[in-house]
Amino acid sequence: MSEQKIDQYRRDFFTKAGATAATGAIAPGVMLMQVGQAQARPLDQAISNKNRWGLLVDSNKCADGCSDCVKACESENAWGSGSSDEQKSDASQKAQWIRTVTLKNKLTGSEHQLPMMCQHCEEPPCVDVCPTGASFKRADGIVLVDKHICIGCRYCMMACPYKARSFIHEELTDQSPDVPRGKGTVESCTLCVHKIDRGDGSTACADACTHQAILFGDLNDPSSAISVEMKKHATTQIRADLNLNTGVRYRGI
Amino acid sequence: MADSIGPELKINRANGDNCVLPADEMRKDHMNHLLHQRDDTMYDGIRTEKFSLKECINCHANKDEANKYIPVNAPGEFCQSCHAYTSVKLDCFECHATKPRDTAFHPIVSDKMKAVADVHELPKTKSMLDTLADKVGAK
Repeated sequence: MSEQKIDQYRRDFFTKAGATAATGAIAPGVMLMQVGQAQARPLDQAISNKNRWGLLVDSNKCADGCSDCVKACESENAWGSGSSDEQKSDASQKAQWIRTVTLKNKLTGSEHQLPMMCQHCEEPPCVDVCPTGASFKRADGIVLVDKHICIGCRYCMMACPYKARSFIHEELTDQSPDVPRGKGTVESCTLCVHKIDRGDGSTACADACTHQAILFGDLNDPSSAISVEMKKHATTQIRADLNLNTGVRYRGI
Repeated sequence: MADSIGPELKINRANGDNCVLPADEMRKDHMNHLLHQRDDTMYDGIRTEKFSLKECINCHANKDEANKYIPVNAPGEFCQSCHAYTSVKLDCFECHATKPRDTAFHPIVSDKMKAVADVHELPKTKSMLDTLADKVGAK
């Protein structure tokens, strides 16, 4: 009991300390503080809606035939070739957190490749339809599945306009300690939530992209690289007509 | 007294003799602490180490003669011994990793250090092998 109280004091202290840091950042010359804020969250402090994490994908930079982001995701999150599991599932059953899609303009013949994954919507349809509350959105905008309460009904897979979710059909044993996955539950891109929580400030796909086609950042922070880019250039949400306000934006499509 | 009943546990004492709480409290309450921490982590992104399942595994997974980790839910291992004795099904490991991953790095180790380690250690997965092959090929 007393321990919980101490934790509460610590949390209050860090909250106040965080607020002070934010104020300090307004002064000129202390901007670095603000950049470093993602890293500054102590392990025992809850996330907040001050941040909204997102990705900006530039499909003009995305190189045809390259799948570095997919490989990096597989390796980081231990699915596909990053794991020895899922030997019994066929290609249509296997997990797919991120895939490359090629778009072709039939009129001009131009082709674009882009990575496609969970778009981390502000208004996620998967969360709307989930009967148990397993599909949820974190305060910082990351859409996740709480596999402790997922019953594997797969409504979310049908609701998702981006075909971003997969269902696990067989028992797994080769998971990453940071990325629990298991039979009978649905999963999708977590925006490398374990990396964000430890302050890496990037995702595996963004780190791996040698063409700098994927930019990770805080959509709520006007000074973040991603916000600056999005202010400078026209960006698109896929299926913007659905008004989902996706956290993953695209350029050049 | 409590020590005289139940199975004899294989306890890895490489990291010291003390768990995060006294042993009798852990015997009685570990599941409550884990359940509480689970929701804090899932919803609030709180990843303190004290009651983190990952840290349990990091300490309690034993190694075999070949210096390979044995899953904690294997017969006779730390978690499984008591759970078999008390006939309580162990659900955690349908999803959670049962042993530390050789490629899993401590949170304070930066990704740059990880990248260096990736190159200097043997790659553990096919995709890492491919990545390495690409890197070598690029040179």
